[in-house]
Formats: sequence, C-alpha cells, structure tokens
Amino acid sequence: MMAGIMRHIVSVRGIVIVALLLYLLFLPYYASAFYINVFTRILIWAIAGISLNLILGYGGMISFGHAAYLGVAAYTVLAFAEQGIYLGWVQWPVAIILAGVVSAFIGTLCLRTRGLHFIMITLAFTQMLFFFFRSLDRFRGDDGLRIKKRSEFDFGWFELDLMDRLTFYYLVFAILLVALLFVFRLVNSRFGAVLRGSMSNDVRMQAIGVSTYGYRLTAFVIAGMMCGVAGLLMANMERFVSPAVLSWTVSGDLIFIVVLGGSGRLFGPVFGALVFFLLIEFLGDITIHWQLIMGPFLVLVVLFARTGIDGALNGLDHKLRVRFGRGQSGDEEMSS
Amino acid sequence: MNTALVMEHVLNGFQLGMLLFLLAAGLTLILGIMDFVNLAHGSLYMVGAFFAATFTKLTGNFGLGILLAVPAVLLVGLVVEIVALRTLYARNHLDQVLATFGLVLFFNELVQIIWGPQGLVIPFPSAFDFTVTLPGGITYPAYRLLIIGMGFVVAFGLYLLVGRTRLGMLIRAGASNRDMVGALGVDIKLLFTFVFGIGAVLAGLAGMLYLPIGGAYIGMGELILINALVVIVIGGIGSIRGAFIASIIMGLIDALGRAFLEDFLNFFMTEGAAETAGPALSAMSVYILMAAILVFRPQGLFPPRSR
Amino acid sequence: MKKGLLAAAAMCAMFATPTFAETIKIGFVTSFTGPGAAIGNDMKNAVELALSHIGNKMGDLDVEVIFADDGVNPEKGKQATEQLVLQDEVDIVAGYIWSNVLLASADTVLDEGKILISSNAGPSQLAGERCHENFFNVSFQNNQATGALGLTINRDGVEDLYIIAPDYAAGRNMVSGVEGTFTGNVAGRDMTVWPTQVDWATELTSAKAATPDGLFIFYPGPAGPAFISQYQQANTGIPLYSAFTVDGLSLPVLQSAGAEGVLGSFNTMHWSPDLDNAQNVNFVTDFQAAHSSYPSFYAAQSYDTIFMIKAAVEAVGGNIDDVDAMRAAMEATDFPSVRGEFRFGSNHFPVETWYKREVVIDAAGNWVNNIVEPVLSDTPDSFAASCTF
Repeated sequence: MMAGIMRHIVSVRGIVIVALLLYLLFLPYYASAFYINVFTRILIWAIAGISLNLILGYGGMISFGHAAYLGVAAYTVLAFAEQGIYLGWVQWPVAIILAGVVSAFIGTLCLRTRGLHFIMITLAFTQMLFFFFRSLDRFRGDDGLRIKKRSEFDFGWFELDLMDRLTFYYLVFAILLVALLFVFRLVNSRFGAVLRGSMSNDVRMQAIGVSTYGYRLTAFVIAGMMCGVAGLLMANMERFVSPAVLSWTVSGDLIFIVVLGGSGRLFGPVFGALVFFLLIEFLGDITIHWQLIMGPFLVLVVLFARTGIDGALNGLDHKLRVRFGRGQSGDEEMSS
Repeated sequence: MNTALVMEHVLNGFQLGMLLFLLAAGLTLILGIMDFVNLAHGSLYMVGAFFAATFTKLTGNFGLGILLAVPAVLLVGLVVEIVALRTLYARNHLDQVLATFGLVLFFNELVQIIWGPQGLVIPFPSAFDFTVTLPGGITYPAYRLLIIGMGFVVAFGLYLLVGRTRLGMLIRAGASNRDMVGALGVDIKLLFTFVFGIGAVLAGLAGMLYLPIGGAYIGMGELILINALVVIVIGGIGSIRGAFIASIIMGLIDALGRAFLEDFLNFFMTEGAAETAGPALSAMSVYILMAAILVFRPQGLFPPRSR
Repeated sequence: MKKGLLAAAAMCAMFATPTFAETIKIGFVTSFTGPGAAIGNDMKNAVELALSHIGNKMGDLDVEVIFADDGVNPEKGKQATEQLVLQDEVDIVAGYIWSNVLLASADTVLDEGKILISSNAGPSQLAGERCHENFFNVSFQNNQATGALGLTINRDGVEDLYIIAPDYAAGRNMVSGVEGTFTGNVAGRDMTVWPTQVDWATELTSAKAATPDGLFIFYPGPAGPAFISQYQQANTGIPLYSAFTVDGLSLPVLQSAGAEGVLGSFNTMHWSPDLDNAQNVNFVTDFQAAHSSYPSFYAAQSYDTIFMIKAAVEAVGGNIDDVDAMRAAMEATDFPSVRGEFRFGSNHFPVETWYKREVVIDAAGNWVNNIVEPVLSDTPDSFAASCTF
C-alpha cells in the first residue's frame, strides 16, 4: 500500500498533483485578494466538476443539465437569507437535501433513457427549472437577488467567519479535499465497480445478475447532492443568485471542465477547472475576441487530448517508465 | 374571438413550425445517418442569414441575394465538414457536442468581427409585401405563406430524395451498415459530405427565409437550435417525417400557447397569477412535452423503420 | 493554521501600497462581448471622446480609465468589478448597462468604501431600500422612462393601449412604469419569452384584433430592429410608443433596411441629439465627426459620467482619497451636462426633464430622434422617499 502510493507520487503526475495541492494550501502567501477570489471560484467549480465526473466519467451518464443542482442549492440559500435565516446548520443541510430530492426525481425519469436521449432529457429538465426560477417575482426573476451576508457558523466557543476571505478560501479548499477523498473511496468500492461496469458493458452487468439501475440512480443522486454543495458555496461566494447559474451554458462548461481535465480520472476536474478559468482569464486580458481562440481550443482538446490533462500526465509517466525500464505496462491509475 | 382570428394563429403556428423544420430536417438527417450531433448547425443558420443580408444589399434584390448566399453557405458547410467535423464521426456524442460547441463560439466571434455586433436588417422584399385573403375572411401576409409553402416543398423533396432515388437508397443503406456499403464500392466519405452539404444548405435557407422577418444577428442560431433538437428527439431521430410533424406540433403549441394559454389559465387562477404563470409555462411547454415523450416513448413519435 | 492565517494577513497588509493621488483611476464596466457589445462600444467611444475633450486631466490629476467587459452576465460583471477594485485598485467604478449586473456588483465596490457611479442601469432597489451614500446614478431610474412615456400616451389622447414586452425583470418593470401613469384602458398585454422569442406574429395578430389606438413595446438590443420590421409588415396602423428600442444604435440599422414604419413613432428620453446647449452641440458634433453616426443616449450618459467625476475631483482639489468630500461634491454637483441642467435627488438619482421624442429624418437624410416637447420635469423618482442612508 505504502509503496504503491510512493510510486504514484514519484512520477510526473504525482509531483504535479502534490505541487498543485501545496500551491493551493499556501496560496494566500503569494496571491493578492483578487486572486484568492479567483481561486476560490475555481475550486468551487472543481467541486461541481468532481460531482459531474462521478456520473459522467465513471458512470457514462452525460448529464447536460448538471447546473440544475447548483441552482437549486443556491436558491435555497437565497430563500433562507431572504427570511433572515443565515444559520449554516439550517441552510446547508436543507440545500443539499433539496438538491438530492430534485436529482432523485430527475434521475428516476432520465435514467430510463440512454445516449443522446439522456443528454437531451437532462437538458430539458434544467431548462424547465431555469424558466421556473426566472418566473419567480419573489426572487426578482432575471435580475437575481443579493445575499446580505454569508452563512453563519457559531459554535459558541469558536465562530467561523465566512465573510473573511481567507477563512472562506480554506473552507472551500477543505471541502474540495473531502470531495476528492469521498469520490476516491466510492469508485474503488464494490459500488464503484458496478458503476464503472455499467458504463463499459451494461448488458454484461445485467447478465451476471446485477441490476444497474439502482446503482446508477444512487450515483446520480450523490452527484446531485455534491453539486448542491458547490451551489451553496457559489451562492456564498458571490452573495448573489440569479437564474444565470442554471443556464445551459453552465452545464456545458461543467462538461468541458471534466473532459479537459480527463473524464473518469480523480484529479481531472481540478486540472480542468484550473486550466479552463485561468485560460479565460488570460485570453480575456489579451483580446475581447477570446472566444475566437477558445472555440478552436475546445475542438483541439476533443480531437487530440482524449484523456485530458490528467491522462496526458499519466501518458508522460508511462513513456518515462518504459524508457527507463521501470514498472510494467498498463495505464495505472490512482483512481481505478 | 372568432374563427378567422383562431385560424390566423394556427397559420402563425405552421409558419413557425416550417422554419423549425428546415433546420431540424438537416439536423435529423445528419444525426440519423451519420450518428453525428452537430450543434454548429445553428451557426450555419446564422451564417446563411448574414450572407443573404450582405448579398441582398449588394444586389438590391432579395431573390438574387438568396441565390448567391446558398452556394456560399454550402461552401462554408463543406469546409467545416472537411477540416473539422469529418474526424469526429467515429467519436461518441460527448466529443461531438463539445467540439461543435467550440465551433459555435468560433462562428459567433467571427461573425461579430466581420459584420459587427449590431446585426443586419434588410428592406422587406417588395414582391411579397402584400397580404392574401384566404377563404373564410382570413388575411395573411404573403411572405409568411411563402415560408409555409417552402416547408412543404422541402419536405416533399426530401421524401422523394431519400425514399425514391438511388442516392437516397445509398443514404439509407449507409445509415444501417456503413462498412457493407463501403465494401460494395461506394465512397462513404463522399456520401456523408453530400448529406452534410444538404443539411448545411437547409439550415442556411432557414436563416435566409427568417432574414426579412427578424434580421440577422449573433446568437440567433443557438436560440432556435435547442428547439430544433427538441423537434428531432420528439419526432424520432433520423426521421424526416417525424421532424416534419413534430415541427408543426411545436409551432402550434408555441403560437396557440402564447395566444390563448393565459386566457385558459384564467379559468383556474387569479388574473395576476395567470399572467406570471402563462409565459413561464409556455416557455417550459416544449421541454415538458419532450420530457414526457422521452419517458413514455424514448424512441420518439415516428422512429425510422429501418434501423 | 491560525498562525498561517495571521502571517498571510500581515503579508497582504504589507503589499497594500498607498495610492499616490497623481492619477485618478476610473474603472468602467460595460459589455464588449455578447448581445450588448454594440452598446458597450458606443459608451467606450463617448468616454474616450470626453477624455480627449478634457485633455485627459481632472484638475491636476491625470486620468486613467480601465474598461472591463461584463459579457451581459451578472456573475462575469461582478468578477470584472472585483478585478477593478481589488487588483487594479481603481478610485471610482463607473459604467454598467444592465440592472442585474449592477445589482450583483454593487456591494463589491461599496463594501470597499469606494464610489460607484451607474452610467445607465437604474434598478429600483438601488433607488429605494438598497440605496447607498456612495452610489450615484447619472442616467435615470428604470420606471421613470416608461412613466414619462405613459404621460405622453395620455396626452396624445390614447384610450386603449396594447402592450407587448418581454417577460423578464426589466420588461415587467417597464410595463409597470407605463401602467403606473397611463390612465386609459389596457386593451391587452402580451409578455413574450425572453430572449428566445423572436417572432411576434402571434402578438401582432392579437394586437390588431384588439383594435387599440396605441401600442407600447420594449425590445432592447438586436430584438428591437427585428420587432420594428415585423410591426411594419403586420401593417396594423396602430401608433407605436417604444422604450429603449428605437435609439441611436438601432436607427442606422433600421434606416439601412428601409424600415419606414419606425418613422413618426414616439419614445421618451431625458436627452436628445438636438437638445440645444453648448455641451451637447460640442458632444454630438465631435461624436458624429469621429464615428459618422449619432451618439446614443448610452453614449450621452457616459460622456456626462466623466464630466461629473471631473467636477467633483476639481471641487475637492484633487484630494480624491477623501471619499466624504468627494461624495459631498457630487451631491452638490454642478457640471456642464449634455442634458442642460443636472442635479441629484435625495437618493443620488437624477431629477431631470423628460422629453417626448419622435423619429424624424434630419437635414442630411439620417434618421434620428428629435424632441417634440418636454413631458415631465423636476420630479424625483417614486422610490426616493424610501431611501435613507
């Protein structure tokens, strides 16, 4: 076990991941207030990406409507805030449970379909929710509403002040680590084996007597709830919620983050979110016509980087190992 | 409310549906035969409108503008197919969705650089600037009748092409067994390029026909593309007949929903509630319809027989 | 961890360099991508014209304007604002076309104790309950524009009014503004799906059937010319009253399309290219010379924004770090506005004259909005009363 982990770390991919985590851990020492905000956002998107990766990457369920759960959770936080309730212990569990309930409903219906139909029906449900939230005068429709302050966690002897930029950043970072660990454990369990089996060969899974529907639905709901966590963090980060959070382009961005980082790879969404947003930031600074570059970049990623950033790093390691005669063949993965 | 008014709304529904059909027909052909999801189909719709606007302004004649714009759109479609899309046919739908979404971003930006952000509007073609009086005292703009007629002509043409010609036979055969047709000495690549070309022209044509009504502007493709996708899913992927009927259903739901839904809701709820619920419900209606059909009849209303 | 946080905080404090007031940095948030790009470009042109007219100087200070793109998206606008405030450390943030972008971004500026100026967006929240001592609006409050239009419609003797507007927050605001002052009968009201619905045959059919004597519409952006050309084709013969649909940006598009149906239609605005005052003549002439088109009201407001800031900077003698003094100077503002007289009400929104405008053909053959008559003056917006700082 220990030796296995050591071998993973002593590799380009391992070094990059450890360096990245250390960089994020000590971020406040070298990043300005603005960049701490930028990175907080990226990590929240990464959490949402990790949740999508669970069903898309490991379960083959291409949800084109994952933004729905961001929206449900964000609007829950907003609804409480409008009532003057800022208690995190109330806001957060309710937001996560509601995201779970909605994803259970959508999942139950959608998982009867496959392929392109699944893509379209998940999109349809999110569009319905989008128009629903947009029609709510109470939350000012399209204009959206701001939230006066972030969630409050008062333990009596210790108060977590989320309004503080650094505290909030470290909370998001900690939640990201928990999410990674959780997905790691999940996909390497029997549950994960069935889930991955349902993606590669569902017929065989059914033939050996495993009904995959329940497994896939469970994964779908877990992903919805995790995405709900990202949604409530997003509402806290922006202190503002509008229907834009449920728009179909957000679902599209999430898919791209997963694919760019490497779908079905544990750290993929983290890489994906980082590169995606830093690239937009960078291109946006160069030219207002950044989409002219971003568009072909998307095409190139799909055409030539099929395993994403994480896969590319892994491939590099594999090449090195072959060249220096260490290790055997095979695409070894920390996550699979 | 009288019969003539209701009929006028029904005609509006048909006209909306036919525009949708022109877009959906190409989309469903490409998806059904090549198993390829092309989000950039909406970009061809937009590019078609911009080309037609430019050529109409140059020649001063809408008809000439369309005649010049059709080959231009075909050219753009073929270049895109050969340069970017051809390699994607063998990929899964996820890759196709992402890559063509990238193309959508690219086209939107390119059009903005070439034609500016404000969009283009052309003078209304004077040849069609009159209303027709139909039996029953219904008056209706001639141009919108033209769109309805165009939809029927294209539907019939495609029916003949796919169902009655040798080329159509190859298209159908290529869809069910690509390798076999290839082994028989047919150039599958060429066949697919041809089908893509038909789709591109139809999408461009839809944009051109819309041009005198609402002009050409950036993002017009995405707005209608999602509806076209809904149409082909409802109709059954790959089915021209399904796309045709689903387009009309969608157009009618849209037009009649907008015209009468609020009055209908007034039977059940207070006026204020009906007023807010009405537009929200009509925006959601197409998605509700699609979700219902996918749940109870996942293959769509009219799935193609031969697959 | 706790120690790490403290150390990090100390580091941050160390890097926060004091600003030396030799340059005034103004952040300007507007749209350069997405459906609002044409408006953003127009505003940028006006700001740059204003800067060249003042020789890039406000008092003794050099002026640096940093433009940022909101992409017509509240989240993106908020992030752009954050970059201006936290990274570029601007002294004042201005701009904002869209109400939702402004509402999302306002706290980011105000929480840092900086002054925020809206050059266009005027949501009712910021005029009433959420008003803030450091927030100024140099355009109008959303309901005012259509409120004045309602008065115009009354004056024209319209008894039955048909309303077609998009179903989203601003659309509903505009409609409630018109209905608030219109005293006749609303013959019908169609709220359309936004922004996806771009064909209004159904609504125009219903409108025609209702035989009203006035039609009110609100279709901003590229939907505007599309609606106008369909209105013309429907040949309803109903007089058209529009809000934020027929402006300096859409008129050239409509003219090149020969959409003559728009000629003779009415709208209301606090400004017009033909307003006769020295500042406006100067602005319109030079803008036309540079861009060969009339400026839009967005441009006029942006031009005013720069002169308003300049007046305040000069009043405090260049000591722009004294926010209290800057605020006081702005409250008592006295700058040469393209609108003529300009003053702020108690909630820092303008108290200004509204004019009925008509689309006419000017001497050079260009289509333009010209003033018919003033319809409302010296009236603060209806939310001012609920604002306390």
